[in-house]
Amino acid sequence: MKDYAFYPGCSAESTGRGYGLSVQAVAGSLEIQLIELEDWNCCGSTPYGSLNELEAMVVAARNLALAEKTGLDLVTPCSSCYVTLKKANLHLQDHPRLMAMVNEALAVAGLEYHGKVSVRHIVEVLTDDITPGLITEKIKRRLEGLKVAPYYGCQLVRPQYGFDDAELPGSLDSLIECLGAEAVPYPVKARCCGGSLILSEEDLALGLINKLLKSAADNGAHCLATPCPLCQTNLDAYQGKVNSKFKTGYNLPVFFITQLIGLALGLDDKSLGLDTNIVSPRDVLTQLAGVKSGT
Amino acid sequence: MRNFVDEVAATPGGEHVLSCIQCGTCTGSCPVADSMEYPPRKIIAMVRAGMRDEVLSSNSMWFCLSCYLCTVRCPRGVKPTELAHALESLAVRQGYRVSGTVTPALYHSFVNSIKRNGRVHEFGMMVRFYLSVIPYLISRPLSTIKMLPVGWSLWRHRRLPLMPHKVKEKGKLPEILQKFSEIRGSC
Amino acid sequence: MEPRIGVYICHCGSNIAGTVDCEDVARFAQGLEGVVIARDYKFMCSEPGQDLIKQDIRELGVNRVVVASCSPTMHEPTFRRACQEAGLNPYFFEMANIREHCSWVTEDRAKATQKAMALVSAAVRRVYYHQSLESREVDINPNTLVVGGGIAGIQAALKVADSGHRVYLVERSSSIGGHMAQLDKTFPTLDCSACILTPKMTLVGSHPYIELLTYSEIEEIAGYVGNFKVKIRKKARYVDWSKCTGCGRCQELCPTIVSNEFEVGLGKRKAIYKPFAQAVPNKVVIDAENCRHLKGLAEGKDVCRLCQRGIEKKGVPGCEVGAIDFTQQDEVVEVEVGAIIVTTGFHLFDPTPIHQYGYGRLDNVITSMEFERMVNSAGPTGGHVLLKDGTEPESVALIHCVGSRDEQYHKYCSRVCCMYSMKFAHLLKEHTSADVYEFYIDIRSFGKGYEEFYNRILEEGTVFFRGKPAEITDVAETPQEEGKLIVQFEDTLVGRQRRVPVDMVVLSCGLEPQPDSETVARLFNISRSADGFFLEKHPKLDPVATMTDGIFIAGCCQSPKDIPDTVAQASAAAAEALAMISRGKVEIEAATAVINEHLCTGCQVCMANCPYSAIAFDEEKGVCQVNEALCKGCGVCVGGCPGDAVSLNHYTNEQLLAQMEGALV
Repeated sequence: MKDYAFYPGCSAESTGRGYGLSVQAVAGSLEIQLIELEDWNCCGSTPYGSLNELEAMVVAARNLALAEKTGLDLVTPCSSCYVTLKKANLHLQDHPRLMAMVNEALAVAGLEYHGKVSVRHIVEVLTDDITPGLITEKIKRRLEGLKVAPYYGCQLVRPQYGFDDAELPGSLDSLIECLGAEAVPYPVKARCCGGSLILSEEDLALGLINKLLKSAADNGAHCLATPCPLCQTNLDAYQGKVNSKFKTGYNLPVFFITQLIGLALGLDDKSLGLDTNIVSPRDVLTQLAGVKSGT
Repeated sequence: MRNFVDEVAATPGGEHVLSCIQCGTCTGSCPVADSMEYPPRKIIAMVRAGMRDEVLSSNSMWFCLSCYLCTVRCPRGVKPTELAHALESLAVRQGYRVSGTVTPALYHSFVNSIKRNGRVHEFGMMVRFYLSVIPYLISRPLSTIKMLPVGWSLWRHRRLPLMPHKVKEKGKLPEILQKFSEIRGSC
Repeated sequence: MEPRIGVYICHCGSNIAGTVDCEDVARFAQGLEGVVIARDYKFMCSEPGQDLIKQDIRELGVNRVVVASCSPTMHEPTFRRACQEAGLNPYFFEMANIREHCSWVTEDRAKATQKAMALVSAAVRRVYYHQSLESREVDINPNTLVVGGGIAGIQAALKVADSGHRVYLVERSSSIGGHMAQLDKTFPTLDCSACILTPKMTLVGSHPYIELLTYSEIEEIAGYVGNFKVKIRKKARYVDWSKCTGCGRCQELCPTIVSNEFEVGLGKRKAIYKPFAQAVPNKVVIDAENCRHLKGLAEGKDVCRLCQRGIEKKGVPGCEVGAIDFTQQDEVVEVEVGAIIVTTGFHLFDPTPIHQYGYGRLDNVITSMEFERMVNSAGPTGGHVLLKDGTEPESVALIHCVGSRDEQYHKYCSRVCCMYSMKFAHLLKEHTSADVYEFYIDIRSFGKGYEEFYNRILEEGTVFFRGKPAEITDVAETPQEEGKLIVQFEDTLVGRQRRVPVDMVVLSCGLEPQPDSETVARLFNISRSADGFFLEKHPKLDPVATMTDGIFIAGCCQSPKDIPDTVAQASAAAAEALAMISRGKVEIEAATAVINEHLCTGCQVCMANCPYSAIAFDEEKGVCQVNEALCKGCGVCVGGCPGDAVSLNHYTNEQLLAQMEGALV
């Protein structure tokens, strides 16, 4: 049983609820323990760094200091938190004077950071630590016949921190295939969904989301799977808006990768938060159930 | 600072601005280049030309999605994404007003939510954001109205809690940040 | 003879004086024990500078000279000669490096001056104990070895051989010609490459003074300048070349078809083959990895041999001169040469890692060399530019700087790609009616006739876009883009992102060092620069020599360059080799090891450790002796001797200890 310090990210209990639930659900079956960091604060993400780049580092560093106390790797399911925390971590490690200043500020809360934490994404843990091979051994039902478009989003693979390929990654494909499902060819697999600009530049973001959904549909996907809560929200909650703006008829459920893994592990819909998915996965699940019963 | 280029080069994220050979790979990769007032490569050229006001009041960097395609492809290691955020920071610190996008208001709402709760309360943040950009909402009435079904859908699927989760003592973030700005101020 | 030391501090313009206070160092030196005169001067290596030394030797009786200036590799010979000309044994000279080791590594004036003083003090203390030594002269073997049979090797071999001296030209593949043989037309004159190359190849093949060893590799090199012993492995080709007429019958009979490396994978060859029709030597070789018979022999079977037997049933004979010989083995020959010229050429950058360009993933994205073969009338498509489906492209994109000028692959510019890309544009206009687009960052048309060539290409109607493509994709966004390859880039001169749909994309790949350049460098004992190409002795003043005396480099193995520059460098290397050969003798460093026979116990540890096999054991006397002709003065024996019986001329314990103590001022 391997332990990790767990950083859920702000969306895990709101827009990313399905992710927050399914990550913890599969952790147990895959022999890892995700111990939530006590009283963690928002990592700051892109907006804080854009308004005040140094203050943003302090905000991120508080979480690193908390994680360092546990002595464990810090794992997050959110791609944006991953990049933000990792970037802050590396920057502080390379700039000791800044680290000293940050620590002087953290001292007010009785915290200190020494640069010893390793920041990781849950997909990295599933691929490198747990491995697809072990997941295949543990699954209770193969997701045969399910065609999934593996949608990585941007920040899982860029900037390059040594995990997977920045242009044409393969980790999600492996995770999908090890469940018995088919990862369809998906040329835009690592392109941007529009991120938080869905709120302030909606038309622009809807255009990007349309490109992603179109390619998935063109390549015969029944659904998409993604490791980023913001991507999932954009592709899922706004799929209706894309349909009305571009006169398209997409009906592609967007799973969190851990929801798919959970399905294969035989976990129940409720614990995987499948009721939070807006584009209903009902049809896909029915089809899967049909496969299971041998039809 | 002697001039604008030096100022940018001294800001975290702007260190490599002088390495650019103006090849255009960044703009070529950018999914939102066409929406920016000036595309990324041109912003770098303008920085080197010392065009402080034009650069810091432009809306270009606010469109950056942090997709990092430019960064992984740049043949000179310029890191345009980080540069964009550095320029945003400078623009805010020096009080430039940006027209043509409401993204700065969105980011302010985001950060204020953190300062208020220790974490981002998405519902609260969205409400405050919309209230802060009413003229923008009025200018696009149909789209604004169509936001309601999306919000409703999210709430119905348990993805938009109305009440924030409050971190204990906000994680002492206000005190930590206060101390940090004192230290910074004395540098 | 009481040492009378003269010390000379060089300013080297501002190179040293800009950081080191030379006058102060000279004043300091004047006060050192044994120093009769200390001067400082702007350029010690110049004639007036050298005259200062000579004058002091003659008039002040200076008999030990210290010059504090640049690195000994630059000017130790210069100053030693100056001493000699004034009648002083050159080994009474010592150099202190206060430039590369001092003024060039810091900006701190105080520290630099202090260090310069320490270095001068060390040199002064050392030179006190110098002895007069006589350097030896050895004969230079007049033969030359040229390694690599591309245009550089061919040119160098011809120039040396034309002087009446013997050349061994070794080439790894079965024919000479190198990459130039693969090209179609050459810029800027648009000469047909084969037309200008094959005459030279034929000259090489028939030259009375060139011994051509193709399908061979260098196995081992021993010796030193003027006296290299080289082992060459002639790989088994399973064909008796003294009999083979190059008729090609065997090629027709052979049933095994494999990819042809010369055609860069676009064409095929047989297991018995000539790489191309104009091969020199005009002989075939059998590729043991693919030959059915040779593979069968390993399992004890006797299969095929169609090349040898022919098809008996149909009355079709095999090789009519009986040249096929499956019993052939590798043969190692040893040659002796005085000079070696390395001309091993370049390797084309493989663009597969650049995922966003789609090479290997998208149809119709090809490399520059693939395009050369396609557009060559003797190539796999008969000179027709064709898409994968066999049709002609209506639009072609040429992408510059692929793998070059890029931090992630090669930082350097490959120099020839702008010109060959423009050549491609011309050839496309000649062979097809396609629209041609060039995507560049800068146009580098620096040579004679190059800018004029650029103008010509512009006038022929090729459209130039200034912008390095961000990606090549087949994901269409508009109906016009369906079924096309789309180049997405910023048109930087217009300032906007654009997408241009084309049928074919040619990647102008850069030139990189050969994959085995590290092994080869070690074999020849030469260095490589940071980019992996072989290192020249001095980039401006000595571009074809290396730090290893007697070994020269020329062509693209030194750095990317076009044919004019390659041929010029090859001639230069030939000239340097011939200069050595015509002198007939070479001076060998006198700093060799000496064994004190009274102290030697005959344990032979020195002999076992000597990397140059320069020590022999005298059975009668029971002691070891150094062969001065072979000794390189490396000092391993000195360090290894348990009885302190070996010392190194010009590096005695006394001298070294004095130097160390002198440095501790």
